[in-house]
Amino acid sequence: MNPAYEAVIGIECHVELKTATKMFCGCRNEFGGEPNTKTCPVCLGMPGALPVPNAKAIEQIVRTGLAFDAEIPAFSKFDRKNYFYPDMPKDYQISQYDMPLTVGGVVKYWLEDGTMKQCRLTRVHLEEDTGKSTHAGSGDGRIAGSAYSLLDFNRAGVPLMECVSEPELHSARDAVAYLESLRRTLLALEVSDVKMEEGSLRCDANVSVRLAGTTQLGTKSEIKNMNSFRSVERAIASEIARQIEILDSGGRVVQETRGWDELHGVTHPMRSKEEAHDYRYFPDPDLTPIAVARNDVERLKSELPTLPWQRFERYTGEYGLGVNAATQLIDNLSLARYFDAVVVRSGNPQQSSNFVLGELSRLANETGVDVANSKVTVEDLAQLISLVESKRINSKIAKELLGRMWEGAGSPSDIVEREGLAQTSDPSAIEGFVDEVLAANEKVVADYKAGKLNVLGFLVGQVMKASRGKADPALANELVKKKLSS
Amino acid sequence: MTPDTIDIRYVAKLARVALSDDEIERFSKELGELLGHVRALEELDTASVPATAQVVESRNVLREDVERPCLDREVVLEGAPQRQGGFFRVPRIIAQ
Amino acid sequence: MTAAEIARDVSAGRISAAEITASTLAQVDAVEGDVGAYLTALNDLARAYATRVDERISAGERLALAGVPIAVKDNMCLEGTRTTCGSKILEHWIAPYSATAVARLIQAGAIPIGKANCDEFAMGSSCENSALGVTRNPYDLSRVPGGSSGGSAAAVAASEAAIGLGSDTGGSIREPAAFCNLVGFKPTYGRISRYGLIAFASSLDQIGPLTRTVEDAALAYDLMAGYDPMDATSLNRPVGRTADSLRSDLTGLRVGLVREFDTKVLGERSDALYREAYRELERLGAELVEVSLPTADYGLATYYLIAPAECSSNLARFDGVRYGLRVEGNDVAAMYDNTRAAGFGAEVKRRILIGTYALSSGYYDAYYVRAQKARTLIGRDFARAFAQCDLIACPAASCPAFEFNAKSDPYSMYLMDYYTIPMSLAGVPALSVPCGWTVPEGGRLPMPLGLQLCAPLFGEQLLLGAAHAYERATNHASAHPPETGAVRS
Repeated sequence: MNPAYEAVIGIECHVELKTATKMFCGCRNEFGGEPNTKTCPVCLGMPGALPVPNAKAIEQIVRTGLAFDAEIPAFSKFDRKNYFYPDMPKDYQISQYDMPLTVGGVVKYWLEDGTMKQCRLTRVHLEEDTGKSTHAGSGDGRIAGSAYSLLDFNRAGVPLMECVSEPELHSARDAVAYLESLRRTLLALEVSDVKMEEGSLRCDANVSVRLAGTTQLGTKSEIKNMNSFRSVERAIASEIARQIEILDSGGRVVQETRGWDELHGVTHPMRSKEEAHDYRYFPDPDLTPIAVARNDVERLKSELPTLPWQRFERYTGEYGLGVNAATQLIDNLSLARYFDAVVVRSGNPQQSSNFVLGELSRLANETGVDVANSKVTVEDLAQLISLVESKRINSKIAKELLGRMWEGAGSPSDIVEREGLAQTSDPSAIEGFVDEVLAANEKVVADYKAGKLNVLGFLVGQVMKASRGKADPALANELVKKKLSS
Repeated sequence: MTPDTIDIRYVAKLARVALSDDEIERFSKELGELLGHVRALEELDTASVPATAQVVESRNVLREDVERPCLDREVVLEGAPQRQGGFFRVPRIIAQ
Repeated sequence: MTAAEIARDVSAGRISAAEITASTLAQVDAVEGDVGAYLTALNDLARAYATRVDERISAGERLALAGVPIAVKDNMCLEGTRTTCGSKILEHWIAPYSATAVARLIQAGAIPIGKANCDEFAMGSSCENSALGVTRNPYDLSRVPGGSSGGSAAAVAASEAAIGLGSDTGGSIREPAAFCNLVGFKPTYGRISRYGLIAFASSLDQIGPLTRTVEDAALAYDLMAGYDPMDATSLNRPVGRTADSLRSDLTGLRVGLVREFDTKVLGERSDALYREAYRELERLGAELVEVSLPTADYGLATYYLIAPAECSSNLARFDGVRYGLRVEGNDVAAMYDNTRAAGFGAEVKRRILIGTYALSSGYYDAYYVRAQKARTLIGRDFARAFAQCDLIACPAASCPAFEFNAKSDPYSMYLMDYYTIPMSLAGVPALSVPCGWTVPEGGRLPMPLGLQLCAPLFGEQLLLGAAHAYERATNHASAHPPETGAVRS
């Protein structure tokens, strides 16, 4: 990006809560299914039907707000957002206008190089989702040029959290990192499946540019139709470039809604369903205000799980793990919890991470069993680590042991005892093997002495083989070198 | 401060009700008259009065996250002005 | 026969629900040509309900409204029945579920006889705004039955039902009750569930009974009232049984007469009748005190901003997409415009327009919010008045039933709600009970007048108790039979 300019980005996400039932009625909240089979008079907007709010949904949004350090106001209410659209059963949406369930907050996220950053939230509020429309007759399923549309109201009424960020992101990369942290946090809270491909996470971006160093916001455009994180990154980058080009050539950016075209890698102006509407917000007279009790807030706060950014800080900071290792663990909650427990028992985060992400994960992939559900208990792995730390076994033996433990052979110290797998660190024993190997490989020894130093590895390997893997590799290396130079 | 005339055409568009020219003229007059009566509210001193949110105060009337039976789809679609298979059908959403 | 009498007779086995239903349906056949109370007579469905009730009684069940024929206003859902709200836009819509209040009465043994005509979407004070039928006042067929619950009122007045279910937003139960010589009762807002009542103004609508006697109204109320989990605005408070609270006198009660509601403006005859009614309350032992409702005069202005605002949003769902009338268009927007143009009548359009306007950007504070503030003042007026009295007495309407087309100017029709709107805005319980007769100017027959009584919030027991005492002492209702549909025995 042209360094003369700065991009200013705000992200707006809609997150479907995975409550058992919809926001204002008892219909099942479930992705998929035959159209119009999960509806009732309430979510169909039939005459005479009335909404009653889902207590669980309210709890989930409060937990979400608390996870992002938002304020939970004492008083909140629902408002009607009035506009006509065929996927809106009542032609108004029950949402929240000026008294949302959470205010403020901050999303902490990290970049690929491990830098921790943050972006503040304006608010997170609760509303109901619309039905789904599919368009026919235009040849490509798109709304433009279609002849008619088909409506399915299964999704109508599903609880939706709208998360609005402050315009504090300054690159497409940051925007995606923000989204990834948001997504990871919502997964850790278990409030949503957050799958973009299923629509349980949807996002729009507001993008503007300005001259670097200035503070006034430029004209923004709203970008929609981004269906994956990759699309988000590409779309925002494309829009930033487009706006810079306009400004550079002396033009002015028009405030509009633009749709991302994945196929062609560009944004096009599009008619927004919400363009230029007077929503005539007013408090919904069918619903009572919500007063979240302070002791409920305290309790929910105390029951929050460890959050991804907290894990990231601990893993890369205190534990010294790399960004990739940390991220891998964070993205697999059951693995992360297992890892955390092993660290507590063994006191060795580095080794814990090596084994958990290395051999154990390999075994998990191979056998289709999760590490956390495997026969390798936390205590056993911690014990294995301490055996390696004290050099009682070497890493090759450790790997073998793990395989046996995975199959349920028992604790590592038991197996080592039973099968005599303890590492040999007795120099005289190893010397014996070294002599054997050197005698059997005269040509290689001659090569070494002639200056081909890299054959050392081969010879050490032969010593390891002769000792059936039990020789202390470092010691074996030392002894071979000594013998060769004598 | 508050005008007596309403832009009926604009309001009708917001409310998605097509009006004939006769209706526009008639309603302009009738609603203008009503607004004239309604302006009497300006005589009241409401500066420090809260707006009624609820006539009988109550809070937190919610429901548990427990499933209730849905309507059978045939019942749902029975009254549909136009259906196609299991869907409701409407004309194109974007005008041509 | 009153509902109480029918229920007693059917429960005792002296007559079956089937017989009551048959004779009621015969009455419907006989008088509907003149009265036009019902948009849909339920015939076979009613008979099926009756059969079921008779079975339950044989099995030993005790049903408080055994065999009682009821009229259900057509803005209330009854599963499997055409529910139109008196509108073309729902002319052919069949409700897939029943309103809680209706279901509770049916559960208690009531038999729905028909879906009663009403002003379109409950907007009106004469039933003339119905797009689907004309209802005439059984006491004088050249006059309106009142509205919006005109059909329910006419049905009970013409013996086509013993209980009529109506809905009251600004007076739509009380005014037709007054016009048709009935008791019409609107409970405290939230007492009766609105689930299944097709919404007009959500913060004002309440279902209530129209009956021949206060006792019948009490019976119906006791069965319908109480928390409903399907309605978040329904009150979770214990419902004191009103049927056990009926009084024989008013000793110890203070009745407030509203200074701002001087009955002189109603004309000599009506003025005399109301003053006589107040004296009767005194004779029954009440102390009359003067109270003031200074903001009551702003009731109409307040109501005609809040109610249309809420209705403009509540009626948006009638868009031709999922149910009801559709008039095609080249695109969805045109379909909306055409459907709603064809489906809604003039009064509904007026209210949607003014309501949309009151909520629109730039006007919301000046209109809607200001009206809600005025509403607070009106509520406070009632609270202050009830510190000095237990009940308030005033007219239910400014005149007896008028002739068709007499009030063609919309605002003159709105004025019919003058005395009833303040109670709706404050949410307090109120009823109309017959208090005398007068031959209107240029009229041929005596027409009834209604005395309105209202009580503080949650004061249903006191209200019905006192109304019963007045009714018993005066028995105005029986002075004249209806022109059509006179009670036979």
